[in-house]
Amino acid sequence: MRQLLFAAAIFLCANTPINSAFGNTLEVCSTCKITTITEAIAKASPGDTLLVKSGFYQEGEIVINKPLVLIGVDKPIIDGESKAGILVISADSIVIKGLIIQNVGVSYTKDYAAIHLSRCNYFTIEDNELRNVFFGILVEKSHFGIIHNNKVSSNATKEYSSGNGVHIWHSDNMTVTNNHLSNLRDGIYFEFVDESHIANNISTNNLRYGLHFMFSNNDTYYDNEFINNGAGVAVMFSKFIGMKRNRFYKNWGTASFGLLLKEIYDAEIEDNIFEENTIAINVEGSTRINYKNNNFIRNGWAVKIRGGCYANIFANNNFIDNSFDVSYNSKMNDNSFNNNYWSDYTGYDLDKDGIGDVPYRPVKLFSYIVNQTPETIVLLRSLFIDILNFSEKVSPVFTPDDLVDATPKMKVIQ
Amino acid sequence: MFKILQYSFYDLVRSRWSYVYFFFYLVLGFALLFLNSSVSKSVITLMNIIIVLTPMIGTIFGVMYFYSAREFTELLLAQPIKRSTIFLGQYLGIALSLTLSLVLGLGVPFMIYGVFQSSEIWNFGLLLVSGSFLTFIFVAIASNIALMHENKIKGFGYAIFIWLFMAVIYDGLFLISLVVFDEYPLDKFSLIATMLNPIDLSRILILLKLDISALLGYTGAVFQKFFGTNTGLFASIGILMVWTGIPIFFIKKISSKKDF
Repeated sequence: MRQLLFAAAIFLCANTPINSAFGNTLEVCSTCKITTITEAIAKASPGDTLLVKSGFYQEGEIVINKPLVLIGVDKPIIDGESKAGILVISADSIVIKGLIIQNVGVSYTKDYAAIHLSRCNYFTIEDNELRNVFFGILVEKSHFGIIHNNKVSSNATKEYSSGNGVHIWHSDNMTVTNNHLSNLRDGIYFEFVDESHIANNISTNNLRYGLHFMFSNNDTYYDNEFINNGAGVAVMFSKFIGMKRNRFYKNWGTASFGLLLKEIYDAEIEDNIFEENTIAINVEGSTRINYKNNNFIRNGWAVKIRGGCYANIFANNNFIDNSFDVSYNSKMNDNSFNNNYWSDYTGYDLDKDGIGDVPYRPVKLFSYIVNQTPETIVLLRSLFIDILNFSEKVSPVFTPDDLVDATPKMKVIQ
Repeated sequence: MFKILQYSFYDLVRSRWSYVYFFFYLVLGFALLFLNSSVSKSVITLMNIIIVLTPMIGTIFGVMYFYSAREFTELLLAQPIKRSTIFLGQYLGIALSLTLSLVLGLGVPFMIYGVFQSSEIWNFGLLLVSGSFLTFIFVAIASNIALMHENKIKGFGYAIFIWLFMAVIYDGLFLISLVVFDEYPLDKFSLIATMLNPIDLSRILILLKLDISALLGYTGAVFQKFFGTNTGLFASIGILMVWTGIPIFFIKKISSKKDF
């Protein structure tokens, strides 16, 4: 809430006439007194507003080193000719709005970006369209920024020669909302970013991850959609991340995940929809995570637990038509499963309280075998495997015998 | 041959069991579509049933027919007709009538639920094609067994065993060898082992078409590379044809030498 209020405050400051009342307005267009953005920046004093009129601007790298408001009127195009970065910003209280920025240079040693913000506080980047970028919006060592309603796209084909859409490093209190990110390496990348909020973004067709957290704590991402990425979201080495109401759809491929968790602690994963992913959630070394009210529909593996996972709670989730509901690679279990709905459940409910009278064992013998010898997956849906699973269900030998949902729901949880 | 095919075909088409078989698939098709309401999901469920059931029904029907039609066969043998004509005609009669029951029984409900308008038409077609192949293959194997053994009980036993072996035991041995030889590269081995069993081959063919391929991981990539392309599809249909051809060849060979 504090973040939101703050965001609103910045938004108001940047957009009300109060701001322009302090500074002057400079117009940039081919027929104006000032014809280039670089010239306008040189002439402007801190706090001025630059109105960039519709047109085509090829000025190489544009450096902004004083607080300015840069507003595009009728979508002016700033072209980088695929040489280097385009807007390089190192000042506080920057507003960049309504621009089309295209053709950022590719480099294997430098992080070229369409908009590069370094040590900037209180910035707003909104309503821009960034095309054919290396990095889209690159933020370093900054605080209190808003990135809203931008469209970032590229044509990434290889991980090593592509950049991220929104890349934030060593910053805090960032708000990333309503952006559309496609065909990049990572849609959104957070490294050492704390107290930040990501919402309502759509991240699709990215090579690696739709959203990627590294060493970032106390962040939230709500109501986003991650469709057809290498992996929907990867959360690694992070603490206290809230993940709610997101949709992970069709992250489908031999090494694809909906959500990849590695070394994370104390997270909340609630009300998400995982649909048609190869592995909906891949968990490794993660502790004290609550999975509640999620829907797992038609995934290859719904939850794949690789080990080192303690005190996780799976409650009130729907597991519907997954090839494997839960996969474990050890006989140890310290996680609890309660009140979930499992479409494979075959038990009965004599007292009609909506809870099955027979416990459900979500780990099948076949999923255990596949963990040991991955090649055996070619026997998927064979009659022999069904017989094997049945006999293991009757008397568990290989699968963790305390891994049961003692209170499985009889009907899909709405 | 056509005359004999016609006789045994009509004989079977009029028989009660063909109707039972036909209605079974009809009810199954309607029930699946009613419960799933989506054509694509029904195709997946149907796959499980088809790859187990068609070989079993084919085997049992084949053996049963050859034993029960023995007197008719002896009558025919007294006529100036080539032996291969008699037996191949009978074989095709059974295989065709079973295939007809399968195709019509499943085709009608899926047509009513609009499979032609959905993108699943190719998958459904592949399902019916592999179901038909399995019927042809297992009826041929059953005919061989019936021709080789005078003793009905023995014949039935062998036929059931062959089905059990192909559908269940083979996969068990396959699984054990995969687990035991874990340390070795197994993708080529599993590819070959799959092709040596028509039931496994049909299963993998349909699985890969149904886009479960991504689940198969690294091994899947090898399989996808082979089966996923059109060459792979034709190659596997070719292998299924070889699987049909070999037992048919043996029907011819055994029947020409057999002493009645």
